[in-house]
Amino acid sequence: MESFKSHRGVVATLDRANVDTDQIIPKQFLKSIKRTGFGESLFFDWRYLPNGKSNPDFEMNRPEFHNASVLATRNNFGCGSSREHAVWALAQYGLRAVLAPRRGEVPAFADIFHNNSIKNGLLNVELKEAEVDEIFEMVRRFPGLEVTVCLEEQRVTLHLPEEISFHFEIDKAVKDHLIRGLDDIGLTLRHESEITAFEKRHDAQFLP
Amino acid sequence: MSKTLFEKIWEFHLVATPEDGSTLLYIDRHLVHEVTSPQAFEGLRLTGRKVRRPDLTFATMDHNVPTVDRLNIKDEISRAQVEALRQNCKDFGITLFDLDSEYQGVVHIIGPENGLTLPGSTIVCGDSHTSTHGAFGALAFGIGTSEVEHVLATQCLRQKKAKTYKVDFIGQRAKGVTAKDLILKLIGLIGTAGGTGHVFEYMGPAIRALSMEERMTVCNMSIEAGAKAGLIAPDDTTFQYLSQPNRRYAPKGADLEKKIGHWKMLATDEGAKFDKAIAIDTSKLAPQVSWGTSPGMVVDVDGVVPEPGTVPTVAKKDVELALDYMGLKPGMKITDIPVDVVFIGSCTNARIEDLRAAAGVFKGRKVKSTVKTLIVPGSQQVKRQAEAEGLDKIFTAAGAEWRESGCSMCLAMNPDQLQPGERCASTSNRNFEGRQGKGGRTHLVGPEMAAAAAVAGHFVDIREWV
Repeated sequence: MESFKSHRGVVATLDRANVDTDQIIPKQFLKSIKRTGFGESLFFDWRYLPNGKSNPDFEMNRPEFHNASVLATRNNFGCGSSREHAVWALAQYGLRAVLAPRRGEVPAFADIFHNNSIKNGLLNVELKEAEVDEIFEMVRRFPGLEVTVCLEEQRVTLHLPEEISFHFEIDKAVKDHLIRGLDDIGLTLRHESEITAFEKRHDAQFLP
Repeated sequence: MSKTLFEKIWEFHLVATPEDGSTLLYIDRHLVHEVTSPQAFEGLRLTGRKVRRPDLTFATMDHNVPTVDRLNIKDEISRAQVEALRQNCKDFGITLFDLDSEYQGVVHIIGPENGLTLPGSTIVCGDSHTSTHGAFGALAFGIGTSEVEHVLATQCLRQKKAKTYKVDFIGQRAKGVTAKDLILKLIGLIGTAGGTGHVFEYMGPAIRALSMEERMTVCNMSIEAGAKAGLIAPDDTTFQYLSQPNRRYAPKGADLEKKIGHWKMLATDEGAKFDKAIAIDTSKLAPQVSWGTSPGMVVDVDGVVPEPGTVPTVAKKDVELALDYMGLKPGMKITDIPVDVVFIGSCTNARIEDLRAAAGVFKGRKVKSTVKTLIVPGSQQVKRQAEAEGLDKIFTAAGAEWRESGCSMCLAMNPDQLQPGERCASTSNRNFEGRQGKGGRTHLVGPEMAAAAAVAGHFVDIREWV
């Protein structure tokens, strides 16, 4: 997996809460047996008109967002279905990080989506609501705004005439995993002897 | 120290604590279906890895399967996915309930009915509705494809421990109120992210009074409130279910008796602390109908479509977007909303008791001529049982279509899809935009309410019929 240390790129906005994985990648694209080719179908029902042309009313289709590699959106992003295809679609579209706010008790990201993101090097950044509001406002005022998402320093920087930075919190294990771009299965298999020992006593209790 | 049921199951499955602070959790059952597994098997091939425990891994085809002429999948890409699973199961030595198997069905229906789902176990599947199996006091949750590959290769998952959330249904439900209404009400109260990061434990007299199948309906939709899983402590209802002769993979005889002895200890200790808690007075609940594009957007059947800005768990703008998509106006009575299609099926509500409940409404009545009604049993076993009881005859006599088992119009990956603008009363679990077909409008309800809507052509308060 590609490691994530720091990334600078254009930030696009998607001003909706509770964006579910059915929207991120609709069902008809889940029939593939490959891991690639999902980027073109990202947000398919919102992004394209029935005639297949780009939908000019869809926020992410604005010309200034065409090279976006960071997405700013609202709370509970990625809820619903467990489909990892949603993360593959976002990553293959060219996104490296998604920024979203915690809103009161509502977290920025849904659990399964968050786990899937980690496995694919897509950084989920949970910010404060006021901070995401500010990003939306700055993108409105400065179309094509670039941001740097620095995982090592846990900081999002808006490259404005006068730079603004936001600190973010992240689980230590997740941070370490992303920075080193680790292969989880390889790491787990280092515990082979513990797994085998566990199975010996557990099977006897569990299996009929 | 007092422990919750979740903590007991968690500790029983701890294999190791790697240096990064995560936990290696052992997985007792891995259920696999055709949509979220092909890339995982491909990953194993690329790295030369094997499936560690094919004996704990079980597969079926459900998402793509047509419900008419099912052995003949016309969509080439769907067929390729089904064939890929067949080949992968053969290559890696995994038991497959194939399309022609008498045990095929929706993955979360066949696990319990075959006795694969056992109390105190850990169960995963590349599908968010894996939470269904929590009805047995199993820690069961959905995972992505990378994690599917991880479990295939190691039989473990790297996990961070979830928080706990007590959901107490006090009192008893009134006539006409179903398990579906309990869970929809909860999601409406706490919102679709209310449970994120938590494992629910459902308890209270109303939960104890539920059958196993009703408990599965409740646990199934835990994910719709954002929860990682939902648990119900096992009791005599659970043990009776597991003692039935068709639970092929469950322990038998003296072994079963011994295990029941262990399972009886699977309860939250008195005084154990939960991170969060909610109590709901079940006696005050009414049948629920969803009005929007997220499962938390629900209202009592005798209520009205809400005004934007008046829904506590949903922002004003999101209500406006939802009403626009659904083609509804604030203030409209729920019972005035007409339906074009009725879907009775899915891992939420396609077990035999659901079909009996729907048949009870259809008996002696006719589906309104303008309403297309699909009844899709959850498995081949459910289908045979329904036919043995003559339920299929009741459905077809009423003018509904009796289909073969699969996920069908719950997510519309097979040919069963809504047309743009069509409005559906559905017993499934998600009313997301386009979920049942692009432009389709979904209203989530229980099986009796769905059947009544098919007859009347609009939503009805089932309490007036029972």
